[in-house]
Parts: sequence; C-alpha cells; structure tokens
Amino acid sequence: MVQNIIDVKNLSKSFDISSKEPGLKGTIKHFFRRQTKSIKVIKDISFEIKEGEIVGFLGANGAGKTTILKMLCGLIYPSEGSILVSGYLPFRRKENFLKNITLIMGQKQQLIWDLPPIESFYLNASIYDIDKFEAKKRIKKLSEMLEIDEELFIPVRKLSLGQRMKSELLAALIHEPNILFLDEPTLGLDINAQRNLRKFLQKYNKETNATICLTSHYMKDITSLCKRVICVHEGAISYDGKLDLLLKKLSPVKEILIVCRSEEDAIKLENSGFTVKNKIKNEITLKIENNFITSSLKNILNNFDIEDLFINEPPIDEVIGKVLIKKDYDI
Amino acid sequence: MNLRKYLKVYKKFLHTSLASELEYKTNILVDLITAILSLVGSIFLLSIFFQNSGYIGGWKFEQALIIQAIYTILNGITNTWFNPNLTEIVKHIREGTLDFVLLKPIDSQFFISLKKINPSGFLEIMLGFLLLLFCIRINQLNLNLSFLSLSLITISCSICILYSLWFFISTTTIWFVKTWNAIEVLRSFLYIGRFPLSSFSFSLRIFFSVFIPIAFITTIPSEVFLGLSVFWKILLEIIVATIFLINSRKFWLFALKFYSSASS
Repeated sequence: MVQNIIDVKNLSKSFDISSKEPGLKGTIKHFFRRQTKSIKVIKDISFEIKEGEIVGFLGANGAGKTTILKMLCGLIYPSEGSILVSGYLPFRRKENFLKNITLIMGQKQQLIWDLPPIESFYLNASIYDIDKFEAKKRIKKLSEMLEIDEELFIPVRKLSLGQRMKSELLAALIHEPNILFLDEPTLGLDINAQRNLRKFLQKYNKETNATICLTSHYMKDITSLCKRVICVHEGAISYDGKLDLLLKKLSPVKEILIVCRSEEDAIKLENSGFTVKNKIKNEITLKIENNFITSSLKNILNNFDIEDLFINEPPIDEVIGKVLIKKDYDI
Repeated sequence: MNLRKYLKVYKKFLHTSLASELEYKTNILVDLITAILSLVGSIFLLSIFFQNSGYIGGWKFEQALIIQAIYTILNGITNTWFNPNLTEIVKHIREGTLDFVLLKPIDSQFFISLKKINPSGFLEIMLGFLLLLFCIRINQLNLNLSFLSLSLITISCSICILYSLWFFISTTTIWFVKTWNAIEVLRSFLYIGRFPLSSFSFSLRIFFSVFIPIAFITTIPSEVFLGLSVFWKILLEIIVATIFLINSRKFWLFALKFYSSASS
C-alpha cells in the first residue's frame, strides 16, 4: 500500500495585515497609527498526499495556494493544526527533512546572477554534502533530462527565461529530493519551454517516484501533470479529488457538430428529440450529456446519413475558471 | 555541526563571490582607489585636529594613528564581509529569497553572513596593517607574544561587536521590512571610532560605551597596542562581545519565527 507522505490536519494560518486609506491624510494616519488586523488566510484545511502523487493546487490569486506550499516546506509557522511531511514537522527544518524536499518558485531565483549556473550547482552540492564526483554525475544526468548543455557555462544574466528556469530546476534537484514543491514553475515561459518543463517533471516523477505539489495558473500544467487537484477558495478547500471527475461535474454536456449528407437529414435530426444548439444548412450542433454520449452517437450513426462529426470539449480554462469563484463542489 | 562541511561550503562561497566580483574589473579598480583615498583623507583630517594642540584626550598624533589603523582594518573587514552580506539580508527578506536560504540544510546565519565577499576590502585591511606596523615603529612599541595575543583577542572582540550590531539591525527587517536608514546610522557612528574615547565628553563616552559600544571597537585594541590598557577593560570587551554575539544568534532564531516570506 502506498503511504501518505504529506498529512495535513485542521491547518489554519493567520497574518497581521495593515491597511491604509488613500491620500496624504491616509498616509500620515498610517505612519503614526498603523491599524493592523488579523486575517485568516488558511481556514481549517485537511488533506493527505501519497508518495509519488502529483497534486495540483488550484485557486484564484490570493486564495492561499502559496501559503499552503510554504507551510508544507517549513517556511511559515502554522497558526493552528498539524502538518507532517515525510514524517517531520516541517517548521522545525531538520537537516534530514531539508535534504528530502525542494522548493522551486517561478518568480524567484537562487542562481548566482553573474556566474554560469554550473557554479551554483557545485555550491549547492557542497551545501548538501555531495562530493564532487557524485555532483558531476548528477549534473550530467539532470542536464540530459532537461536538455541543457552549453547553457551551463554561460553567466545566468545572459540566459533566456526558459534556460534560466531549467537551470533553476537543476540547482533545486541536485540533492535528489523526494518531495518537490513547485510554485508557478512555468510563469513567463513560452509554449515550448512550458511543454519541455512539463515533460521533464513527468519523467522525473516516473523515474524517481517523487511526490510533486504544484501551483500554476496555466491549466495545461495542471491537466498534463496532475490526476488530482486541490481547489482552494479563500483559504478553504473547495474540492479535493480527481481532475477528470471535476471536469465532468463542471461541464456535464458536450457539444457535437454533425455534418449530414443533405439538409433534409439535418432537419430530420433536428426533430428527433436531441437538444439543438444551432443548425446551419446541413451542419447541426447538438448538446448531449456526458453519460449519454456513446448511446446517442450509436443511435445517430445507425439512423441518419452522416458525413462527418466533431466532439467539442469546452475550453479547460473556462471550466476551471468556475472553480476559482465557487465555494463548494460535492462530488 | 559538521566543521568539514562548513569549511568546504565556505571555500565555495569564497570561490563564487570572488569569481562574481572579478566579472566587473572597473568596479574593483574604483573600489581600490576609493580605499586608498579614504585612508589618506582620514589621516589628513586627523593631522588637522592635532595641528593646534599636540594632544587630544591625552593621546598624541602618533598614538591616535593606531586607532586610525585599527579603524581601517575593521572598515576593511566591514567592506569585505559585513557590507556585501548583511545589507543583503534586507533584500532577502523584502524579496522573499530568504526562502531559499532557510530551505538549505545549513545554518542560515552562517549562510547569510558569509556567502559573499568584496575583494577590494582586502586592500583596506592590508593598508590598515601597514599603517599599524608603521605606528608600532614610530611609537617604538615592543612586540611580544602576550602583546600580540591580547591585540588579536581585542580586535576579534571588536569584529564580533561590530558584526552583532549590524546583524541585529538587519534582522529587525523581518518586522520592519526596510531598515537601510538604521544601518546608515550605524555606519556613521562607526566614523566616531576613529577618535580616542577620552576625546569625547563624559555623556558621549557613556553613550558610545553602553548604548552603542562603538568606543570598545577601536579604543580598547589601540590601548592594548600602546600598553595603556588595564585588564578590566579587556575583560569587559570580551564579555560585551560574547553577550552581543550570543544575543544576535538568539535574536535571529527568534525573529525567524515571525518570518512570513514575501508574497508571490
């Protein structure tokens, strides 16, 4: 049986946040009498993640995804509740725990700006107590997986964002961690760089059975990497489960464009009891519930003269967008 | 603590920061020229103070030069290690890159205090030592083992006090986010360390000994060089340095509990 590697129970986090009224008066008031209030950004959440799972954290900006990741890797102390990651209390930041995890942030970098990435890799290797020979072996292996070579010897400031991100990944993985926390790793990357990064993460997960917790606003990252998603809405979990179940729940109907041999066939189909979205000459678009797709298509193909048909999935961004503004999904 | 690992990491720190700095040759050259001009300017200023009367606070010009030499060494150490690292703490906290430091299996205080060096500060340290040798000659001081070890102890204590003060201020960034001004105030107080403590009024002497122990930093090591120091003063400096160092450590660990990281 696969063991839980992350165990979160009734976790909450509050921050003291100061607010300021606009204008000069507000600024002066803010300077002398700063008004702070405690805001609960994470509200009593519980979940478990199994070893080797890739879990996507979804939510609007400010929903609390990054705060959860930072509490899981031990950067932020939780206000209430408990977290166990790989058997450790993260916020104690024990050496063995830190050797097991890594955090990659799309918008922050750890590479030394003026030097080639290879220098940062060897520095990290010495911090993780990895000898030079072993470090060289790991750098070679990871650079092959990431398809980077010459870039390792060019100063970081001269690398493109995609090359830099690959180097960041290499620097963060040189100690071969079991758990990867990725906070928007594809932010700002072009389509090809995003695809390469996703390919790498899939391969890394397959080869090492590493657990990956990922936040991203690019739906393609989520759909191609994560079978399971945790949706966060205003600090609370609104959905935790399989991504395909969520998608089915959110878009219960598919649109099917049918091209009939003649307009008469199209009229016949229009009057046969299906829900019709629109009809233009011999082309007709039907709306069919997911549960009845197979039986309906069988019926149409047997009883009507069909030239061609297309099943249109609703755009994923549109579907997921609904999650970000809704509180609960009972599935 | 695995000493071998820390030495290995420090070797890497030295290598990477030297390599980073050497990328900008002109900057290093400008820094070197600044260090030389700054020392010449300071000695000139000191000589002006001594022009009218041969003594200030009971110190001759030749003796006061020792303070200048120790100040130059300490300023060199500040520019080599403290300035590039401790000012960076503020940046780490403001931008949230302290996250990377805290997630490394290494002591975070060691990492952020020693990761960078500025090689041009070495010249200042060297100039300071040259001036010190010159002072030993003109003051006709006898070098012996106890004298050298006492000097080394007091200078090390001065470095610890200076480091702790700076580190303490930088750590407060976790709550106050911006503390550049406080660091600038500390740097300007350091200039005071170029003059003998006895040249100040009684109230200022108390202030610079008790509240901001700048006076300890240069005056006591200089008194050791001149054989003027009494045992209790050396002991006091050791105690002050130990208290400062321990508290800077405790304060850092305490402050980290309040670190909320920057938003992404």
